[in-house]
Amino acid sequence: MGALNFLWDTAKKSFTAGLITLTVSDRYASIAPIRGLSMHPTFNPNKSTFMGSPVDDRVLIEKFCLEKYKVSHGDVIVFRSPINYKEKHIKRVIALPGDWIQILNSYDTIRIPDGHCWVEGDNSASTLDSRSFGPIPLGLVQGRATHIVWPPQRVGKVEQKMPEGRLRPY
Amino acid sequence: MNALRNLFKGKGIEIAKEAFDRTILVGKFLCFLHVTNNYICSPTLVFGPSMLPTLSITGDLVLTEKISTRLGKVNNGDIVLVRSPENPKKILTKRILGMEGDKVTYLIDPHNSEKCRTITVPKGHIWIQGDNIYASMDSRQFGPVPYGLVQGKVFWRIWPISGFGSLGEEV
Repeated sequence: MGALNFLWDTAKKSFTAGLITLTVSDRYASIAPIRGLSMHPTFNPNKSTFMGSPVDDRVLIEKFCLEKYKVSHGDVIVFRSPINYKEKHIKRVIALPGDWIQILNSYDTIRIPDGHCWVEGDNSASTLDSRSFGPIPLGLVQGRATHIVWPPQRVGKVEQKMPEGRLRPY
Repeated sequence: MNALRNLFKGKGIEIAKEAFDRTILVGKFLCFLHVTNNYICSPTLVFGPSMLPTLSITGDLVLTEKISTRLGKVNNGDIVLVRSPENPKKILTKRILGMEGDKVTYLIDPHNSEKCRTITVPKGHIWIQGDNIYASMDSRQFGPVPYGLVQGKVFWRIWPISGFGSLGEEV
């Protein structure tokens, strides 16, 4: 009987803990690992190691920006891929609605439509981003990466930065 | 005097403890509400002319479920809530008329002409359209939308009472 009670108690406690974790990670902040090299050198600069084994960077993702969908130039955001909703990508915001942006390696300048943004990876050599699928709707944004939290030697803020000369004044 | 103080002290702690317990309980309840609303099902008030005659113009209270959206089980003919691609703060209620790879034919300007256009819905996107093609802002204006914008599937009407029941697919 005691064992059963104990089991029931544990189940109840873990259920509550799960609810709270889920709520916090949905509404306020969560932590996610970064895979791949598309944001090199901001994330995963060189295979960092911890206690001898290689680890990916982990970042803190804040969700407060989702309330008003306020993102600014140079922010690193997490968004659902427009091609496959199950995947999430992390990229840097280059242009916001109303901006005119010059596309790399071509002379085209395009205007970002309302409610969309232009995202690009920091590593222009290997990344799947707006250059292949165009501007993405802001509704796909899932959060903003603010800090690197793991591995310990890489802990720090994620800087906002903008590549020079991409936006055209109009 | 001392005894009285002790009594108060004891009471104070008790009250604080009770208040703390209550707050925790409310917090847990709110978390539970958030999870049910976001992962299982939630009531939504929808209004506007774009889904006439299925949903009325003055506002219907409907239940939306989030499970099939997450599992990728929504299909042609389902009514879905979609975050507007043009304004992420707005949520639209539309019917899915094409999944990825489907060919969709639509009237470009139903008011004035019978001109049609056929397009293929690209990978990972869906084609959404209102039931009232004369007054609806939908894929005909902004094109196919990414599946990731779908917020839930409308499956049951609660209010008005006369329309209480399931909102199945009817194409």
